[in-house]
Amino acid sequence: MRIEYTDSLVIGAGLAGLRVAITSKEAGLSTLVLSLIPAKRSHSAAAQGGMQASLASSVKGKGDNEDIHFQDTVRGSDWGCDQKVARKFCQVAPKAVRELANWGVPWSRVKQGEHQYVANAKKVSITESKEDHGLITSRDFGGTKKWRTCYTSDGTGHSMLYAMDNKAISLGVPVLERQQAIALIHENKRCYGAIVRDLVTGEIYAVVAKATTIATGGYGRIYEISTNAILCNGDGAAIAFETGETPLANMEAVQFHPTAIVPAGILTTEGCRGDGGVLRDVDGYRFMPDYEPEKAELASRDVVSRRMTEHIRKGKGVPSPYGDHLWLDITQLGKEHIEKNLREVKDICHYFLGIDPAIDLIPVRPTQHYSMGGIRTNENGESVGLKGLFSLGEAACWDLHGFNRLGGNSVAEAVVAGMIVGEHIVEHCQQNEVQLSTATVKRFYQQQVDEINTIVTATSGSHATDLIKRMQIIMSEKVGIFRSELPLTEALQELETLYQQSKVLFINNKSLHANPELVDSLNVRKMLKLAIAVTQGALNRTESRGAHTREDYPERNDADWLKRSLFHWRDDKLKISYETLDIMTMELPPGSRGYGKSEIIQHPNTESRMKEVNQLIAENEHLNRHELQALLMPYELPEKYLNRNQRTGIKDA
Amino acid sequence: MTGRLLTFNIFRFDPQKTGDTPKMVSYTLPETDGMTIFIALNQIREHQAHDLQFDFVCRAGICGSCAMVINGKPTLGCRTLTKNFPSGVISLHPLPAFKLIGDLSVDTGTFMREMSERIENWLHEEKDAVSIDVIETRMEPELAEAIYELDRCIECGCCVAACATKAMKDTFLGAVGFMKLARFDLDPRDTRTAEDYYHVLGNEDGVFGCMSLLGCQDNCPKDLPHQTQIAYLRRKMLTA
Repeated sequence: MRIEYTDSLVIGAGLAGLRVAITSKEAGLSTLVLSLIPAKRSHSAAAQGGMQASLASSVKGKGDNEDIHFQDTVRGSDWGCDQKVARKFCQVAPKAVRELANWGVPWSRVKQGEHQYVANAKKVSITESKEDHGLITSRDFGGTKKWRTCYTSDGTGHSMLYAMDNKAISLGVPVLERQQAIALIHENKRCYGAIVRDLVTGEIYAVVAKATTIATGGYGRIYEISTNAILCNGDGAAIAFETGETPLANMEAVQFHPTAIVPAGILTTEGCRGDGGVLRDVDGYRFMPDYEPEKAELASRDVVSRRMTEHIRKGKGVPSPYGDHLWLDITQLGKEHIEKNLREVKDICHYFLGIDPAIDLIPVRPTQHYSMGGIRTNENGESVGLKGLFSLGEAACWDLHGFNRLGGNSVAEAVVAGMIVGEHIVEHCQQNEVQLSTATVKRFYQQQVDEINTIVTATSGSHATDLIKRMQIIMSEKVGIFRSELPLTEALQELETLYQQSKVLFINNKSLHANPELVDSLNVRKMLKLAIAVTQGALNRTESRGAHTREDYPERNDADWLKRSLFHWRDDKLKISYETLDIMTMELPPGSRGYGKSEIIQHPNTESRMKEVNQLIAENEHLNRHELQALLMPYELPEKYLNRNQRTGIKDA
Repeated sequence: MTGRLLTFNIFRFDPQKTGDTPKMVSYTLPETDGMTIFIALNQIREHQAHDLQFDFVCRAGICGSCAMVINGKPTLGCRTLTKNFPSGVISLHPLPAFKLIGDLSVDTGTFMREMSERIENWLHEEKDAVSIDVIETRMEPELAEAIYELDRCIECGCCVAACATKAMKDTFLGAVGFMKLARFDLDPRDTRTAEDYYHVLGNEDGVFGCMSLLGCQDNCPKDLPHQTQIAYLRRKMLTA
């Protein structure tokens, strides 16, 4: 058994993992990044639309600041997020955009003069000032009060990931490709690294580390149709889950994006609607304003996805061999705009549908897109059950997004959390030494070797690929946008049956090196555990909040459900518990989101906290917004990120 | 053309398997509506060749993982529709010029990382780069767009696989490296000058080694302007 030693082990080389690795390396720690694929192929690259940060440079972003970004994020989360985390995030997001500018991201810029754009299906004109010319500009996205989404034409995630990986290369950060962490090494509530399988040679080895960080993205591929890359199967969250020591949180909070193409499930960016695109039904009728008079197509993703599904159920969908869909219409944005700012959409339409979106309507429907749930961490990104285990980005439930993430907040979270959590990882590595017997390492290693041997020597059993397919269909059919007790109960029983079947697996190809069947076999139980958690979480949560919609419980029930679900996998079974969100410490007490259906069962504390907040505000009129914020809900950040963010034309930042 | 039977001739070789030798193996598959090479290969793996190796990640033409040689041309498998091949016969080979992992899977990652280290493929910031707390350095909107145009490379490796010079000369940098240097040359935030690039560009492993056959230009899935940029860099090196 080979053992590698490092200070900071990072699993996953997308934006989140790389940003943490950069901080570790710059602090002088030995740093090792493991990735299933070359870093630049990570799913972060697929984020087309942009990154939210309140720079307030473009005319439609004027007046924006951390406070408004914070309020939008909390409303978007349907009050499910951790408000302190949201505050930290909104404070650092502008710095993250500017840091990436220093590292080479060619952010799109403000151009002075008059511009035409499309809003609410009408042409509108805006004028950008000379003062802001050349600064980083922003576009409109769903659920935001201001134009806050910074972007680079149509390839924001791509240019961010490339700049980030290039920065990591400049620092000599080693990224080992085609390596899969298949188990964590832990003892006495402390994590000591991972057991890793080399996907090419098949070698199993151990990496022992002071700090282990999981940044492996979401678990969208437990669904049949997903916008996610095909390797987003939640394996990182699953290895933490399998320790039994550290919980996952809010697994039932699964986001469906309104506009993935049919049938391929490939995303067309929210930028299509942000830039003025509209949704139409089988009659060519624009239906969203009927449901959402104020925000129309630009309500939050969970709301638009539900409205689309509702409309399809009324018989207004467009029939196709792959089921009913609706139309996304961006024709009025014009060829020039589409070719420059939405070229990825144009390419996807061209290659996968054979259509030109400047002329043709795009067939779309809501499709699984984002996992709000993940490894539960504290505010510093450290897991709540295992010291020395950190997680961030989509793999984690840091809890920035609660029950619904806003568009433009995902790549933003990945980078911002990387900056913040990276500092805590460095601190951890500087303050802790590893004391571990190699016998312990050997024990974890042997478990994995034995499991693999059992699979390759089995003469009969289930095929992992079949089980995965069946799981994906169950999840899409019964644990989708609209949920209710009966289908969820059926789904749970079926998933549990599949899980039992997954205990004896058979593969045709017995080779121990590069072997796609073996990879599926090692993933299937992990994926099923996550699917069971999502389904049980959805069944237990008898309310509708954010992306989690129970048809049999349509209200958001703050009285009983202002809680974070915590999932432990113990004794080969799922255990659920709940963590209460304390209204009395919230800066923004629960209220109406301003879009979507508003049926709320109030929590008794909401009113008293509201009074308290209003009184504090009234009594402290002399304070500036920063001082007032600190009074309402103090939060901490590494000192280097506490400086105020400068904006043009504003004296007091 | 739904319903016709497709024939896939696929390069098969597992270099780690003792005694295995490279060969072409045929598989037949009924075509379905909207079928891509991605869909077809997954079906072949599921039902006919469980050990078939290939790489897909985003399956949307964004990540560059799935470049392979399809009927003689290097391109992205995920967005290649089978209906584009009227004969119904499709040959698949791994990209040449990269280390073979097995079947259609090659190691582009090691190559790209070495290329990045060789040309220092990162923005060389000014020493006193502007603080992340204050208003960023301005940039002309058109320039930002022009930089992004050259920043769109997805490191898929098609240009390297299509390059005759690279096939004869292993140390040749190739179009992917040229494009990245052209991108940094355009970027005013990068402090390097043409003299700084000279040792990696101004010789026969650099732009002067290019035979101008322009397989890069013809096969780039992102339609990057390789021809123009190589010509530009040559002129730049001559005047450096």
